[in-house]
Amino acid sequence: MSSTTTPLDELLAIGDDALIAAQRLAQWCSRAPEMEEDVALANIALDQLGVARLVLSYAAEVEGAGGDEDTLAYLRDDRQFRNCLLVELPEPDFAFAMAKLLFLSAFQRLRYEALATSADERLAAIAAKAVKESAYHLDHATMWTLRLGDGTEESHRRMQNAVDELWPYTHELFEGNELRPAWLSIVEAVLAEATLTRPTDGWAPSGGRVGLHTEHLSYLLAEMQVVHRAHPGARW
Amino acid sequence: MTGHATGPASRPAVSAAAKPAWDAAASVVDPEIRAVTIEELGILRDVTVDPDTGRVTVTITPTYSGCPALDVIRDEVARAVRDAGYDDVVVATSLAPAWSTDMISSSGREKLAAAGIAPPGPVRGPVGLTLRVRCPRCGSPETEQVSRFGSTACKALWRCRACTEPFEHLKAY
Repeated sequence: MSSTTTPLDELLAIGDDALIAAQRLAQWCSRAPEMEEDVALANIALDQLGVARLVLSYAAEVEGAGGDEDTLAYLRDDRQFRNCLLVELPEPDFAFAMAKLLFLSAFQRLRYEALATSADERLAAIAAKAVKESAYHLDHATMWTLRLGDGTEESHRRMQNAVDELWPYTHELFEGNELRPAWLSIVEAVLAEATLTRPTDGWAPSGGRVGLHTEHLSYLLAEMQVVHRAHPGARW
Repeated sequence: MTGHATGPASRPAVSAAAKPAWDAAASVVDPEIRAVTIEELGILRDVTVDPDTGRVTVTITPTYSGCPALDVIRDEVARAVRDAGYDDVVVATSLAPAWSTDMISSSGREKLAAAGIAPPGPVRGPVGLTLRVRCPRCGSPETEQVSRFGSTACKALWRCRACTEPFEHLKAY
């Protein structure tokens, strides 16, 4: 076996993207526009959480500090998270949730596809599973983007607004990789078919990969971590 | 039934000492789809017995990354193998090669259909596109998808236009 080990920060970036995305998606449960969508978003959250668990378990071993997936998920503070800013942003309406899922799942599909042939065999095995799930998430987000973008005047307005607001945060996804051209060809085709305008590139906030987050992550973590922190070591 | 089902590539060569342990593990049913065993689903990968220590190692693979049934399967496999007379049982998880619905056996597909769950078609490309799903109740190909997601990560919700019954479909994955 000549498998290499991926650096801790890269593993955390992959695992934290999935974990924080799962938490945001789960917040839609019982609040989505229809019951089938509650089920859909909960299922997508579960897929994300599954990847997060596998990657963070691996990260904890690489870190070698005696921790595990739970200590990484529940006992780190915001500055220790390596997720991109996009996933932590709030989703004030359903269009935001779908625009974010479109941007994220297109990126995750490409990233997992690349990682599936990684020299790190353990990460490659995780990615080979995850890529199939991301492709399905991308289909789902595409379907909704078309439906909302090419829907009513109001749904179009909201979808365009979400795309415009979130677009600047997509630049950060491509720090340290060459995936943006492939990502653009996926996303631009969907936006065009949905009669949405592709925003111009400009402001490109970043910082997530080095632990500099928006204020939204702290609130998200407070909710996600409160039970674990209130009852340390508790078991079912 | 769909005609393309191939079933698992092959059952691994299990040693004579491990055969009863394999049979015990193979009898465990999926906790969320109780009509089929984990062997038929292609989740059971290998069973070995250490000749020196007698320790049994059962290797299983998850279906979806976040499938919550895996923890229950792990416990039930360990219990089944212990009940078969092995004291020291370890259940290991293997991710590669990634599980696919193409690994579901022919008997598994028949049992899914009999339980009212339309079995998956063959996987094409990174994600399976299901062109036609037959109603598991009346066999009609006149069906439509109601929801791309269902009661578990692996299923979608469909409806038959011929007999009007709703049914679940195990997605090609």
